[in-house]
Amino acid sequence: MKSESTLKNTISGSLSQREASVFNWAPQKQDQFVFASMRVLSSFVILILVALMVMLIKTAWPVLVDQGTNFFTQSIWNPVDEEFSALPLIYGTMITTFIAVIIAAPISIMVALFVNEVLTPKLAKLVGLFVEMIAAVPSIVFGLWGIFYLGPFIKNTLAPFLKEHFGYLPLFQGPSFGIGVLTASLILSVMITPTITSICREVFKTVPAMRKEGALGLGATKFEMMLLTIVRPSFSGIVGAIVLGTGRALGETMAVAMVIGNQPQIKASLFAPAATMASIIANEYAEADSEMHIAALCGVGLVLFVLTLIVNLVARSIVWNYNRSSK
Amino acid sequence: MREWHLKYRKLKNIVFHMALVFAACAVIIPLFMVIQYVMIKGFNSLNWDFFTQIPKPVGEVGGGMKHAIIGTFIIVGLAGSFAIPLGIICGAYLSEYGRGKIAALLRLSTDVLTGIPSIVIGIFAYLLVVVPLKQFSTLAGALALSIIILPVVIRSTEEILKLVPRHIREAGLALGLPRWKMIFFIVIKGSRSGLITGVILAISRAAGETAPLLFTSFGNMYYSTSLTNPIASLPVQIYTYAISPFDDWQRQAWAGALVLIILVLGLNLISRLIMNRQQLGFGRRK
Amino acid sequence: MTETDNTVLNVKNLNVWYGDFHAVKGISLEYQRNTISAIIGPSGCGKSTYLRCLNRIHEETPGARAEGEILFQGENILSKMVDPVRVRRSIGMVFQKPNPFPGMSIYDNVVVGLKLQGIKKKNILMEHAEKCLQKAALWEEVKDKLNRPGMSLSGGQQQRLCIARSLAVSPPILLMDEPTSALDPIATAKIEELMSELKKEVTVIIVTHNMQQAARIADNTSFFVLGDLIEHGLSEEIFTNPKNKKTEDYISGKFG
Repeated sequence: MKSESTLKNTISGSLSQREASVFNWAPQKQDQFVFASMRVLSSFVILILVALMVMLIKTAWPVLVDQGTNFFTQSIWNPVDEEFSALPLIYGTMITTFIAVIIAAPISIMVALFVNEVLTPKLAKLVGLFVEMIAAVPSIVFGLWGIFYLGPFIKNTLAPFLKEHFGYLPLFQGPSFGIGVLTASLILSVMITPTITSICREVFKTVPAMRKEGALGLGATKFEMMLLTIVRPSFSGIVGAIVLGTGRALGETMAVAMVIGNQPQIKASLFAPAATMASIIANEYAEADSEMHIAALCGVGLVLFVLTLIVNLVARSIVWNYNRSSK
Repeated sequence: MREWHLKYRKLKNIVFHMALVFAACAVIIPLFMVIQYVMIKGFNSLNWDFFTQIPKPVGEVGGGMKHAIIGTFIIVGLAGSFAIPLGIICGAYLSEYGRGKIAALLRLSTDVLTGIPSIVIGIFAYLLVVVPLKQFSTLAGALALSIIILPVVIRSTEEILKLVPRHIREAGLALGLPRWKMIFFIVIKGSRSGLITGVILAISRAAGETAPLLFTSFGNMYYSTSLTNPIASLPVQIYTYAISPFDDWQRQAWAGALVLIILVLGLNLISRLIMNRQQLGFGRRK
Repeated sequence: MTETDNTVLNVKNLNVWYGDFHAVKGISLEYQRNTISAIIGPSGCGKSTYLRCLNRIHEETPGARAEGEILFQGENILSKMVDPVRVRRSIGMVFQKPNPFPGMSIYDNVVVGLKLQGIKKKNILMEHAEKCLQKAALWEEVKDKLNRPGMSLSGGQQQRLCIARSLAVSPPILLMDEPTSALDPIATAKIEELMSELKKEVTVIIVTHNMQQAARIADNTSFFVLGDLIEHGLSEEIFTNPKNKKTEDYISGKFG
């Protein structure tokens, strides 16, 4: 049987083998080495972003030089004649995003209120899960659904209805083929709803229960309570959520590319096909063989990058300010 | 007069509640419609061949997406094996050392990378890998997906490691451990279930990505495992088939969508389950 | 043997600052081998801060700065030339809140310190884990569930697990920072009981807010107020016949 002291000797023996003298620098050296390595790897991640920007600018440069300001002012995107202007694409991105946000923002805010304030905790968890599941559905699946279900639905049902009742507006004139700005916008609005909803829910949760009960105690209806104690004080947080949703809509590619028709044109009608910056890249990049075409697509990518960067930084600063002020 | 006003207020309240219910339906119904549509169309088209065959020549009926399913696993696996360790190390750097210029820049870069449209990341991978190799390749696709996974893993790692209380770290140091051993073998190892959650979420997001693969890994109608050649992937294959004029291909696109949605939503739900269990654990700890 | 030969830790003129706040003011104390020394005092008197300097864990608090000398085996452990990791291998610590490592089994919690110092042999680790758990009076309660998570134990068991974990790396000195303040009286009694056993192997320095506890277990007691050492001596003397008026007021409950 091993006595305790023998055991202890084995342990201290194997320990002291490793450390010849009692105190020396070794562990600190190890720490310095690991810390330095982690710093290098972190710098590497920063470098990825820098490289991304540099390569995008470098590749897009020829088209920016060649086309000059035309790149942003003309309305023709024609790869065959090497005439490249991003304007119709920027327009396509803007109009689809705009309509999507107009539809999604109020609905998302209401859903956030509904889930947080009306539903019982269990139901809230379930509905909250459903909403977040929407964000998990791959955009290719939305695209597929858009081509085979939503497109025909718009062509056969929604478009005739809109034409009949609002046909005097230029927005709703012209033939509908099922694919076009309206279809893309509707799909986008579904896709950005979970983003806006979940951030709004976080923001609404920061309202102290006391304030809500206080409002109800003063005789406010639940509607008035929600408006006065939740929605109004959360205004900047809501704006931040909407801006983040906008950022998501700007960059969404596949679902849009599959239902928008990919025709770089500016038309008043929402039924007309168009193209967004992301959809044109998805559609043409693999087949682009001339240098200028690649450069033009990279230029479009650059514009898209800068746009989403600005939108995300704005959202970040709004949400950040909001967090700071609510603490 | 007062009586009338009160009634008006109550009416507004009721109308508002109805609007809330309507909004919730407006959001959830599309989800159910999408899932139901994919289920019906997908199950009707799904058969054993789908998992065991590669596409038949154009015009012939039949064939499957074995090559694309394996391709997706290869691309995502490759992307993950690069991005997950790097992401965890960077996340640990932010949570354990998170001060100074590099950390601030890393945080900003992570935020920016999260917001970049995936198609732009695809362009980057194209310029970085496809241009020098002069052909589409698995590597290019994996690079694109890894840049998509990376910021998600960094962020979730930082958040999760920050949940570890400070006195746990001090207890590790008080055992006479060098700081790096404390970080990797006590803080990170102890948080592994939370980290796995974040990683699965990131992977599930990447597995459904189509846009950045279109012109990086491109696509392939044949079975390939080569790293430097084009490779098929489930999302791209679905896209190719969906916009094709052939009925049989469109049918297979639905089957593919069903498999993809089960894969992605399944991973997502698994990670949520782990997260729920873990939160219970933290509740007990307090 | 003279008394100085028995000194394991010699604190000379220790000062600690948090930023501009002078938390510990010029304290000098000696600790003898195989004794239990208690530090008592009203909250905010710098006793925890003082204790945390003794194995340099105070460096984890941003803005904390210690000056003076702490001699251990003839070396000043506060010196920049001395690696804190080595210091902490010889001077262990048990914390106020029981803090078993999350995501680790009971067994792993005990042996993790040795494992990470490179001892890999299973049988040595197992035997050692049993010894340490016995010393911490926990073995009988956990011997059938060594693979259960450490977090699954009760608060008192968790704290004894933390003691076993600290003992496993065989430190000659063990610091305890109010180890029973988060525990119920029964768990507290168990830990006090095992401490008198521990004394045979290690020197214990314990901070406590509970004067009765100090009186029960400690050989020596130091009394701190606002970072100053008011009185130090044998526990019996401090508690029965204090020399300083402030000490008398404190132990008779007039302030604190």
